[in-house]
Amino acid sequence: MTVRLAAETPWYDLFSRGARDWLRHNEKVREAVKETLPELLASSDLMTRPGNRTVAVPVKFLEHARLRLADAQVQQGAGQGKGEPGDILQPGREEGGEAGQAGGTGDGEIRFVVELKVDEIVDWLWEELKLPELKPKRTASMDQAEYVREGWDKRGARSRLDRRRTMKEAVKRHAIQGNAPGSADSTADEEPISLVNEDLRFRQLVRRPSPATSAAVIFALDVSGSMDEAQRRLAKHFFFFALQGIRRQYAKVETVFLAHAAQAWEFDESQFFQASSSGGTVTSTVARLALDIMGTRYDPSRYNVYFFYASDGENAAEDRDEARNSLTEIARLVNYTGYCETGGVATFRPRDTQLAELFTELKGSGLAVGTSHIASQDDVWKAIREFFSQQAASD
Amino acid sequence: MTELEDYAERIESLARRLGLDYYPVDFELAPESLMTEIAVYGLPVRMPHWSFGVRYIHQLVRQSMGHSKIFEVMFPGDPCRAFLMDGNSLAENTLVTAHVLGHADFAKNNQLFARFHAMAGGNIVETAAAHAHRIQLAIESHGVERVESILDAALALESHIDVGAELHRARYPEFVEQKEAPTDTAFQARFRQLPGIEEPKSAKPGLVRAPIPPHAEYDLLWFIANYAAELEQWERDIFLMVRSESFYFYPVFACQIMNEGWASYWHARLLREAEFLPQPLYLSAIKAHSDVVRPFASGQQTALAINPYHLGFTIWERIVEKHGIERAREVRRDEDDFGFIRNWLDEELAKQAGLFVYEARPGDEIRVATKDIGAIREAILAPKFNFGAPRVAAAELKHDGSLTLAHDHPSDGRGLDVTRAKRVLDYVHRVWRRPVRLTTVNERNETVELTA
Repeated sequence: MTVRLAAETPWYDLFSRGARDWLRHNEKVREAVKETLPELLASSDLMTRPGNRTVAVPVKFLEHARLRLADAQVQQGAGQGKGEPGDILQPGREEGGEAGQAGGTGDGEIRFVVELKVDEIVDWLWEELKLPELKPKRTASMDQAEYVREGWDKRGARSRLDRRRTMKEAVKRHAIQGNAPGSADSTADEEPISLVNEDLRFRQLVRRPSPATSAAVIFALDVSGSMDEAQRRLAKHFFFFALQGIRRQYAKVETVFLAHAAQAWEFDESQFFQASSSGGTVTSTVARLALDIMGTRYDPSRYNVYFFYASDGENAAEDRDEARNSLTEIARLVNYTGYCETGGVATFRPRDTQLAELFTELKGSGLAVGTSHIASQDDVWKAIREFFSQQAASD
Repeated sequence: MTELEDYAERIESLARRLGLDYYPVDFELAPESLMTEIAVYGLPVRMPHWSFGVRYIHQLVRQSMGHSKIFEVMFPGDPCRAFLMDGNSLAENTLVTAHVLGHADFAKNNQLFARFHAMAGGNIVETAAAHAHRIQLAIESHGVERVESILDAALALESHIDVGAELHRARYPEFVEQKEAPTDTAFQARFRQLPGIEEPKSAKPGLVRAPIPPHAEYDLLWFIANYAAELEQWERDIFLMVRSESFYFYPVFACQIMNEGWASYWHARLLREAEFLPQPLYLSAIKAHSDVVRPFASGQQTALAINPYHLGFTIWERIVEKHGIERAREVRRDEDDFGFIRNWLDEELAKQAGLFVYEARPGDEIRVATKDIGAIREAILAPKFNFGAPRVAAAELKHDGSLTLAHDHPSDGRGLDVTRAKRVLDYVHRVWRRPVRLTTVNERNETVELTA
């Protein structure tokens, strides 16, 4: 008989098959989660903590199914201890709703949380919705000059010396001169290759225009009394995913948050969705504010500017002309204008709000404008899809 | 030589003197991590599958709550391989050494174990590791998804083997003799006797193609491996690997009460007679013993489960006391848990141990139902029937290649859990690659057909 000690098999500690299979399980959970993503996102509050780049999704373990019998009405088992026939070992629950359910199935179940990166989710969504990528606006004035490497020259600044090229040239020259290193009759094997000025190669730079890669997104939200909590939430979801989509495309995205009722203000992201106001709706105020901001901070000739506006569509009648003028001006300047009308049930409500008419008119005049109506969470995806496909088509 | 080795050697010679008969045992002290994996996989090195990952987490949770402590695991074979946890105390490991010798004796002499040993050879640990290696190679060449879909099906049907049949089984004969023509009825016999031209005698019936399967086939793993038209060879191999591991697990499963009881009987006896053990060590070992063989957790009055160590130990003590050790050895050779419980758990013993049958009704009320000995025996054995799985057989392979599985619901008393059955059928369909059907009954005893 032999007793082998643990110390003789220290590599046992290196086994981690359990962990390996656990990781594989988690991978499968992620795949499963991915498939139900839109429903999942609809129910979770992604936007509560802006800046938080992950979302935690509670999931159950996957079950590897086996054939088994259906639960019996009365389940029997063998037990041991004190007790005579008829003794109650565990009292039942109160009579009521629970009757008829198989007992105890939910107890002691272990749940765990999968952390998903928002970027990852957005990537999945883009594949899922088959959304095209946005293209930056290409006008001469938007192009920024950039130096790019192109070609080599025998003269140049020392800092741009390309050592690899230079060595290649030296080797070639040696080979031509018949004393290549490594050749059988060479006695100069160990000798370093000498360099002459002829061998030097320098990288050359040229100025090339390249499209601007920074974007500014202006979100404008109607927070007047008629926009209730639910409507603001829908607008928020739409804004969130629109922003994620734009972030996928541009290296640098800056955001502006504007809210308005009879008056317009700029907010930071954390306060934006909490803002609410009573009082009337004057859309031109926020349009003017947006124009101001474009004029001072985000010159549309240097930025790809996107303007999104969410409202319930009602605007003060006397503001009609003013709103049309200012919104037209915006639509001319920016890459794309998205109008998202919230509330109501789309089918029972003709699209005859003042703002809907106005934006439809803008769209009709050939400007890059999209409109959508969001009555429920599902519409958010439709709106996002619409926006991104229109935008890609208009390029 | 360590103290444990010293004791182990002396316990072993004592065991030989007392008549224990076993193949050599190779003891290894292993870290807790390996013991955990053995508990999860059933074998030290086994094929990868995500479902083991779930069991692994459950096991870790149980261990961290102190519900589960693994003292030892022994794999029967020649030699037997025993793993002891290196965190056990010397007293615990001394006890465990004696316990393992009891298992080793059982494994060499019990007919179910011996049969498996004869069919598969005595090195399950190495065999399973080789399987794991081949499956790893398959993953590398065919991708994890394809291997996984095979394992999803094979492991889901893990218990669906025919333990009465051979491990290495030939395919069904392709042709069978046609049945003789039916003998003449009285009328036909008279008809033939009528005058006239004699009808030509029909030729002797020849061979005809046999139906597949020729009878309800309960070895689903074997059947699928052999008759799934579109399986590739490496996929068949995986099915057969899972099957051979199931053949290994069956005796362990079917003799659990006897085997644990036998090992507990012997560890208690060996320790009692090991005069060389220092008194304090003996005391702590016996303390560990009583922790293992007590019927319910300390501080509790009842348990809604049977501790196999306790039950088996009690029955063996009784057999030895009443019928002598030689009779006990015969029982150890001939029975499995079914015979052991039905033949040797009597009314007196059940009463002494306080066994009962409980019923859980909707609403979670649990009450003691009966103390009838017949009912107690069947309640203990019910989860062990048919390797713990419903009786499902391959019933028909149609000409279009579709497979019909039939649930033998009269034997099982009720239908299948339909949701899970559907998912298993989906696994099978991914392997069979032609339509698959499964018939069972619902709660109103109406036939249900699931398809995938």
